[in-house]
Amino acid sequence: MTDDRKPMIECRGVHKHYGDYHALRGIDLTIRAGEFFSLLGPSGCGKTTLLRTIAGFEDISEGAILIDEKRMDEVPANKRPTNMVFQSYAIFPHLTVAQNVAFGLRRDPRGKAEKSALVDETLALVGLRGFGNRAAHALSGGQRQRVALARALILKPKVLLLDEPLSALDRKMREQMQVELIKLQRQVGITFVLVTHDQEEALVMSDRIAVMFEGEIAQLDGPEALYARPANRRVADFIGVMNFLPARIVAEQGGGATVEVPGLGMVDLPARQISRANPDDGGPTIGFRPETMTLLGAGATHSQPRETNATIDEVVYYGDMTYYDLRLDGAAAMDGKARPVRISMRNVFGRDVQEVGTRTRLAWSPGSLVLFR
Amino acid sequence: MKGQGRGLQAYALLYLLFLYAPIILLPLFAFNSGTIIAFPLQGFTTDWFSQMWANATLRTALANSLLIAVSAAVLATCLGIFAARASTRFEFPGKGGMMGFILLPMVLPEIIVAMSLLVVLLGAGVQLSILTVILGHVLICMPYAIAILSTAFSSLDKSLEEAAYDLGETRWSAFRLVTLPLVMPGIISSLLISFTISLDEFIIAFFLAGNQPTLPTYIFSQLRFPKQIPMIMALGTVLVALSIVLLALGEYFRRRGNARMGGNPTRGFL
Repeated sequence: MTDDRKPMIECRGVHKHYGDYHALRGIDLTIRAGEFFSLLGPSGCGKTTLLRTIAGFEDISEGAILIDEKRMDEVPANKRPTNMVFQSYAIFPHLTVAQNVAFGLRRDPRGKAEKSALVDETLALVGLRGFGNRAAHALSGGQRQRVALARALILKPKVLLLDEPLSALDRKMREQMQVELIKLQRQVGITFVLVTHDQEEALVMSDRIAVMFEGEIAQLDGPEALYARPANRRVADFIGVMNFLPARIVAEQGGGATVEVPGLGMVDLPARQISRANPDDGGPTIGFRPETMTLLGAGATHSQPRETNATIDEVVYYGDMTYYDLRLDGAAAMDGKARPVRISMRNVFGRDVQEVGTRTRLAWSPGSLVLFR
Repeated sequence: MKGQGRGLQAYALLYLLFLYAPIILLPLFAFNSGTIIAFPLQGFTTDWFSQMWANATLRTALANSLLIAVSAAVLATCLGIFAARASTRFEFPGKGGMMGFILLPMVLPEIIVAMSLLVVLLGAGVQLSILTVILGHVLICMPYAIAILSTAFSSLDKSLEEAAYDLGETRWSAFRLVTLPLVMPGIISSLLISFTISLDEFIIAFFLAGNQPTLPTYIFSQLRFPKQIPMIMALGTVLVALSIVLLALGEYFRRRGNARMGGNPTRGFL
């Protein structure tokens, strides 16, 4: 990530109150020019409110929002250098596709021919060449999405705001649009700010992601850092699947720690693998992703530093992947509680799917563990 | 099974006959040359229509009624737009109660409304005139206007106006360019319904018009004179024809609006 790009959006201590409800609780955030930035969180976390304050649809109760280094306090939505793609697309149903796309040009002094050329060009950009004369209400979901994009992009905004733009599409269409949006963003170079509750979508599309809970940013990081080293257990739980096992801290040295984990044994963890726990998690916890451990077939060898014995409790076959729920030997030793862990294996040629009840071995490395304390 | 179907068919037929036979009698006697409303019919004439047209009081009554109905329809619809937009787009304290009170005249006995209006107007020293009838009619048309317009506004996506605003329009031009065209079928329906309600309204007009005749009060006053009844029949015929034309027009605009927005053209009100 090139960090020297100038800041495009800055939120400084932004608070938003709706009566007694504290929707945004001190948001500090810098989004750089040309970045594809996502606000990710469960519904009600404040991500849409934050987007709407950037757009100017909502006033902020406290703090400041700057776009392109100008304070936006007194600038209403229709004068801000931002444009929005709405969750419902908000296509004007009484207008044609071309009239929809040209809507924002109404106050533009350019001539008719020039505007219509610009409309054609923008429609081509979103893959709707030749759709100009169609009635907007006759379009499919994916096509409406493209019209909404064209209508916003034709004004060449500094920032494009997208409010859950793909949530109304079916899975295939959504995955296709994700890729198209990334390409489009690279092509036009405009800063995109996406609001989504779909962690996969955020990971696929974004340069950086802000994970939000209850009006606060819990972690702001690139997709890989967010996935591999979640800042706290809540983020870990929200993004992807993570296994959790209780841990006992045996010794601490220079920010790192030695912990004992039932089923995995003694592990040394450096400081960068240690994150914050939530107060109600009940003590230190070890977390690891399902794909970071390898299920070994009979007699297989491996190059991982550690090996653990386990029993297969459940097998879930997904075609490209198989999920195994395992009982680690000794996992229940501490207090008698069974703690199944989930391991995912890619179904490559020559690797058989193992059966329920099989005694098996797991190969793993302490480098893939995260300690929440 | 089959016999049961027959019974229902006969019932439906009788029902329709009961509803529409009196209305069919209107043109029948309007073109009948006999002065007495009774069968057998005498002969064909258009005298009653020319007599009607020559009647100066009737022309005044018609002019009054049209003025009242158009004013009441426009006023009730304009106020209805404000109320419907406010109630569908915003949350404010006392909203439920306020909307309830605005809709109340729909179920309140009209004679009570008319009497209390008369008492208040006389008490306030207001001269009874066409204006007071217009005000009374706005009051009773409002609930219908708001019911129709609320449906039109609530089926609109809130983001549409925001999108127009986001694209550089002002609050007012966003409303004018996006919301207004989309609720236009509702506005036309509201105008037509309010116009129809006002045009044939009797009680409020009777109480509040002072010495000014409106069409219904004029018709009522003429029923005492048997000689005038064929002319009233002619007037009734014209009014029925006018209603049918208005209804057809309203339905045409509504369907066109629905079709333009991709809806099912036959769905909804009317």
